[in-house]
Amino acid sequence: MTTFVQLTVTGLANGAILALAALGFALIYKATGVINFAQGAFLLVGAYTIFAAVGFGLHWSLAVAVAVVIAVLLGMLIERLVLRPMIGESPVAVIMVTIGLASVLQGIVQVFFGTRPQRMPVFIPTGGAQLAGATVPTERLFAIVLAAVVLGAFSLFFTRSRHGIAMRAVADDQQAALTMGISVRRVFAMAWALAAVSAVLGGLLVANITGVSGEVAGFGLIVFPVVILGGLDSIPGTMVGGAIIGLLVQYTAGYLDGALSQVVPYIVLVLILMVRPYGLFGEVRIERV
Amino acid sequence: MAATATGIYHRSYRSELALRHTQAEYARLTLAAAVVVAVPFVATPYWQTVANQIGIAVVGAIGLNILTGYTGQISLGQGGFLAVGAYTSAILVERLGAPTLVGVVAAILMTAAVGAFFGLPALRLKGLYLAIATLASQFIILYAVRNWEFVTGGVQALVVGTPTLFGFELNTDFRWYWVILACAAAATVAGTNLFRTGLGRAFMAIRDQDIAAEAVGVNTVTYKVLAFAVSSGFVGLAGALTAHWTTIVTWERFTLDVSILYLAMIIVGGLGSVSGSIYGAVFMIVVPAWITQVAQDLRGQLSFLARELPAIQLGVFGLIIILFLIFEPRGLARIWHRMKDYVRLWPFRY
Repeated sequence: MTTFVQLTVTGLANGAILALAALGFALIYKATGVINFAQGAFLLVGAYTIFAAVGFGLHWSLAVAVAVVIAVLLGMLIERLVLRPMIGESPVAVIMVTIGLASVLQGIVQVFFGTRPQRMPVFIPTGGAQLAGATVPTERLFAIVLAAVVLGAFSLFFTRSRHGIAMRAVADDQQAALTMGISVRRVFAMAWALAAVSAVLGGLLVANITGVSGEVAGFGLIVFPVVILGGLDSIPGTMVGGAIIGLLVQYTAGYLDGALSQVVPYIVLVLILMVRPYGLFGEVRIERV
Repeated sequence: MAATATGIYHRSYRSELALRHTQAEYARLTLAAAVVVAVPFVATPYWQTVANQIGIAVVGAIGLNILTGYTGQISLGQGGFLAVGAYTSAILVERLGAPTLVGVVAAILMTAAVGAFFGLPALRLKGLYLAIATLASQFIILYAVRNWEFVTGGVQALVVGTPTLFGFELNTDFRWYWVILACAAAATVAGTNLFRTGLGRAFMAIRDQDIAAEAVGVNTVTYKVLAFAVSSGFVGLAGALTAHWTTIVTWERFTLDVSILYLAMIIVGGLGSVSGSIYGAVFMIVVPAWITQVAQDLRGQLSFLARELPAIQLGVFGLIIILFLIFEPRGLARIWHRMKDYVRLWPFRY
């Protein structure tokens, strides 16, 4: 029972982080139709900017604020310089350009910070909390809470604010959005900026658990099973998908086999693609061939 | 052909079907052949190793280009397919004592079969969904390699003996060069001729418009699976060559980075072009090797450069992909084409 609770909490915490990472991914896909393979690199950049800002002696809240500002600028810059010229190109080309982007970002981070794993400065409360007879690390609980808050804020943003509604309009139909006076360019820029911001928070949580190193970028790849399971363009889908994948990995690792747990998300991914390619909550618009 | 001719005119079907039309093309081919033959005699050991890597990459890149460039099915599973080829051949030769040639042929067939199996999602998925499905196949194949220990040896390296060919023991880069060159040349000829047959034309029809292809009688189901099989056959050969040349097979050689490297090769070289695959393979292998060399030479003055070498390689790699995609999406093959046109039409622009 204690193992079960422990695995569940860890799984949910990982799922929450995955959901945050997947959120950025879904945002970009929903608004601009681009599959962003650089999401892992965004997590990496986010984690390292916070790490560097704290290293300069900033208070952690300021460090996060600085990282968010940098993320916004970076996201807009990338959209303008790299993705804008690719509009209308084939999916192969767009996928490859984001892969190239991931390499560049990882290379830059490596030049500045090296490859040695660093410890994330502690500002998330550590320790253990008793839950149904099991001791669970507080930082995991914190990750769940933070992810819930951020995802909730994004949901509000999409339903309540003018910009959020504009983004959904563009996602729905670019031409119609244009005729209503919505600037599609600005929405594209905003999608990338917001994705980068969500990656800062995701990167912060990942780095808090695994340490600040190149490993953080690897987290970006398990995002694919999450978004495919939840539906590529669905925000609630990222939460459910994140939770399912997070729990599945932990249960497999706990009850079956550690090595198997790394590949289980991809097996789920293939099965989902075979049966229901648009995922649990995605819009049914897949092209059949 | 007279110097004032403004184009190439065919007077018979024979001349139209020929692979090469002008004397200039024959001259360039001869020149290229001379360079390729001269390379192992003048290259330093470091560049000889690089030349062998290029040869193997050419075979793999042509394979991937058949699938991605000509049939339009993106694959991120190249690394996994290379692993299938490498392990099949290595296991057959090392564990079961089969002759190397049998091992290599078996590797080609086995990889073709595995490729066809992992190509099945392509029957229902296109574009980015297919990219993600093949990404999954990459992870699943590598998982199998790492954990199916009694067959693959798991995470341990599998050591392969040096094979013998025509009485020569293939134990130096110089000897291997000729074997790899022969394979690369065969792959090039096969790749070029493939697109003069009905099979190759069917692939291109699927790429251009799959529904239209179906309407004119191309069975998209059969041909998509065939495209994966044919492409993976080439990749299997590349994998088997890697196994026997390096004599050590480990899963680390076949990670997702390798899949991405091969995709980069065909994008930089030119999608849907056999010669482009060659240019791309040369470019993507030579540039990192050259950067390494420069960093080694400058180690004294700029120690920073040598220390940060892997990071710089990574950044430059990404930058090359981005710049090519933005400024010349059709790659080096297209640039070469434009250069030829410029010379041919000079002093006119077009």
